[in-house]
Amino acid sequence: MPTFVYMTRCDGCGHCVDICPSDIMHIDPTLRRAYNIEPNMCWECYSCVKACPHNAIDVRGYADFAPLGHSVRVIRDEEKGVIAWRIKSRNGETDMNLLAPITTKPWGQGIPKLADVPEPSQEMRDSQLLFNEPKYVRMDDGDLHTLESNGLQMKAGVYY
Amino acid sequence: MAKTIVEDNIDILVAGAGLGGTGAAFEARYWGKNKKIVIAEKANIDRSGAVAQGLYAINCYMGTRFGENNPEDHVRYARIDLMGMVREDLLFDMARHVDSTVHQFEEWGMPIMRDPKSGSYLREGRWQIMIHGESYKPMVAEAAKKSADKVFNRICVTHLLMDDSKENRVAGAVGFNVRTGDYHVFKSKAVIVGAGGASNIFRPRSVGEGAGRVWYAPWSSGSAYGLMIQAGAKMTQMENRIVLARFKDGYGPVGAYFLHLKTYTQNCNGEEYESKWFPELQKMVGKEYLDPELSHATHRPIPTCLRNHALINEINAGRGPIHMVTMEAFQDPHLEEIGWHNFLGMTVGQAVLWAATDVNPKYENPELTTSEPYVMGSHATGSGAWCSGPEDVSPDEYFWGYNRMTTVEGLFGAGDAVGGTPHAFSSGSFTEGRLAAKAACKYIDDGKAEGIRISQEQIDNRKAEIFKPMEHYKVYRNEIVAGSVSPNYINPRQGLDRLQKLMDEYAGGATANYMTNDKLLHIGLKKLKLLEEDLEKIGAENIHELLRDWELKHRHLASESVVQHTLFRKETRWPGYYYRGDALKLDDENWHVLTVSRRDPKTGEYTMEKAPCYHLVGDDE
Ligand SMILES: Cc1cc2nc3c(=O)[nH]c(=O)nc-3n(C[C@H](O)[C@H](O)[C@H](O)COP(=O)(O)OP(=O)(O)OC[C@H]3O[C@@H](n4cnc5c(N)ncnc54)[C@H](O)[C@@H]3O)c2cc1C
Ligand code: SF4
Ligand code: SF4
Repeated sequence: MPTFVYMTRCDGCGHCVDICPSDIMHIDPTLRRAYNIEPNMCWECYSCVKACPHNAIDVRGYADFAPLGHSVRVIRDEEKGVIAWRIKSRNGETDMNLLAPITTKPWGQGIPKLADVPEPSQEMRDSQLLFNEPKYVRMDDGDLHTLESNGLQMKAGVYY
Repeated sequence: MAKTIVEDNIDILVAGAGLGGTGAAFEARYWGKNKKIVIAEKANIDRSGAVAQGLYAINCYMGTRFGENNPEDHVRYARIDLMGMVREDLLFDMARHVDSTVHQFEEWGMPIMRDPKSGSYLREGRWQIMIHGESYKPMVAEAAKKSADKVFNRICVTHLLMDDSKENRVAGAVGFNVRTGDYHVFKSKAVIVGAGGASNIFRPRSVGEGAGRVWYAPWSSGSAYGLMIQAGAKMTQMENRIVLARFKDGYGPVGAYFLHLKTYTQNCNGEEYESKWFPELQKMVGKEYLDPELSHATHRPIPTCLRNHALINEINAGRGPIHMVTMEAFQDPHLEEIGWHNFLGMTVGQAVLWAATDVNPKYENPELTTSEPYVMGSHATGSGAWCSGPEDVSPDEYFWGYNRMTTVEGLFGAGDAVGGTPHAFSSGSFTEGRLAAKAACKYIDDGKAEGIRISQEQIDNRKAEIFKPMEHYKVYRNEIVAGSVSPNYINPRQGLDRLQKLMDEYAGGATANYMTNDKLLHIGLKKLKLLEEDLEKIGAENIHELLRDWELKHRHLASESVVQHTLFRKETRWPGYYYRGDALKLDDENWHVLTVSRRDPKTGEYTMEKAPCYHLVGDDE
């Protein structure tokens, strides 16, 4: 639901501007604080909310169908590798805290730098294999599937 | 005047880095150790594309390692779901590699849930595995950043550059920085388009402030199609739009609800309604496509569109709303928690909506509805470019040298950009990017990109074209006192509203009950042409509006292609997605074919053709 920014919390750092996939978090030139310039192009994706270091951004459900008085807040912590949500309904009957992991490894460290891995052989280039295959496909001794290995043939037309 | 910034000597340019584009950039480094790999992305790759807010499931994983499915099983599944109309070579190829992608994700740190008993990944359904995927996009972005030489964020790519020395060969791309307003030229030997599918082509059900509440992201601007169509690439299955049955207003996902939480639907009287529509429907589509008894006995799925058909008809018969029965499942606190996590992980707005309207699914069954149509090629639909398959799988008609290469030389696609490959989803799109990257490296190594020449004239012409809306606005703004009404320009919102209205009314949108016919489509085409003329006079008050202008131009190109294809396929292949009122039956005799189009870049004229639909997989498991 569209975002808004609390005046007293925002310091104009621009993290939200940098991340919004819709390009709608902008810094107001006179107030030097961020705001949503085009609420009807907001996907309530929470990317900006998660990125704001001061928790200055919140979401108020679309006026067209969401009554006032609810809250869905979030804190995402890359170092701890978790995300914490709190959902409060309008009538107060739902008040839930939900926690989920966002990674199982220290952030980014499990990802290889492909420039540093050995160059593929010509045989590999001429095959249908991708990086780290066939091992990564089957995690066993099996090779990549082909039409032949799977006993398949092309036929044109209706075939059910 | 905007500054011009030229990035030269690129080997592989990735235009749009969502799931497909990040996969391409990552893998390209392996096959092209010394190649220059560059990303041009209109947002920030850390949170761009359809996966910006994360995903709670990976919808395409075979599990060959656990003895679960083989690639041909996936082909069978996607084929029946799409009423036969798929590129089986591309599906098979994606499916035989996709597990390696998912296994890598796990190694990178993605929390994939496991079945405590078997040790295999926890399945939501036969194809879906459950993940804690809030950080899915930042994670694949990290991988892409480790491989790429340069990442240009906030560049809206508007056009592909074409080689001036050889007809029909790509030479890079151009665009502008949506913050600085600089003009960017990327000269590249090969281009992989990963610019995603199209939302907001048809009028959405949401109105006013809520208009951003669409199922596919509002920033999915159909740019993959716009860019490739403009360049003269052949497109396929563009008529094959998708309509989603989702929670009303919030469009929250239902997959986990149906499959994992075992919720089900009923009409306003609490009755099961689906099966009673099937006998009539079977007469429309034939027993090959709808056979509830067989489906029951063999677990062959009932095609998604046909289930939509039942829902739409039940509502039209006055027995709406359709409810999702959650009250049983949600009594189990563990399942209740999963239900909420499911939204927070990929459609937060649904949680906000339920909080705002005091919906507690434990005590109340929420409403479902069918969405407006979307055009994309990686979910349960297969619109996109007509691409070559891999040489060991594809028949001659589907093979012209390089895997995932379009009919324009050196131009590749991944994810939504590639046609005929439904049910790739996030993991399959990333995999397609990897396949395209390997092929693009080979294309360059084979010397196919030698001697590219880009004239200064082409570069200058594109620049003038890109910034024209700003010039145009400057000239005519002072003609009026104030406000948004001008006799000489329209703004991007006005243009988008017009596009959505005409597509809705003439091409089978939600308010037209997904109905169209030959006459309506012809009127639609005429109105699209008039809109095209007005798009020449579109204004941009600032660079942000210029971004919206170019998104609209891409949406317009995609829409025209949709209408041309819908006109061409004279049958109703996917009842529940759309209906040709003048040809309400599925017609296998004439239309068991793939539709292929090409728009002549010089004249704008369309040519349509039928391409054979090859089946490589038998029906029996
Ligand atoms: C609500 C929802 C739920 C989903 N659920 C699941 C699920 O549970 N499991 C699953 O596996 N899949 C799911 N999917 C599908 C999955 O998200 C898509 O299949 C996948 O993201 C498609 O990848 P893509 O690379 O083609 O497009 P995207 O990931 O959308 O990437 C397109 C990229 O191109 C950029 N771009 C666009 N235009 C331009 C331009 N002009 N210039 C430069 N860059 C541009 C965009 O900013 C974006 O980064 C879901 C999608 C949605 C919307
Ligand atoms: S990230 Fe937060 S503090 Fe920084 S500009 Fe945005 S709203 Fe203000
Ligand atoms: S919620 Fe998403 S779309 Fe809306 S302003 Fe924030 S980042 Fe942008």
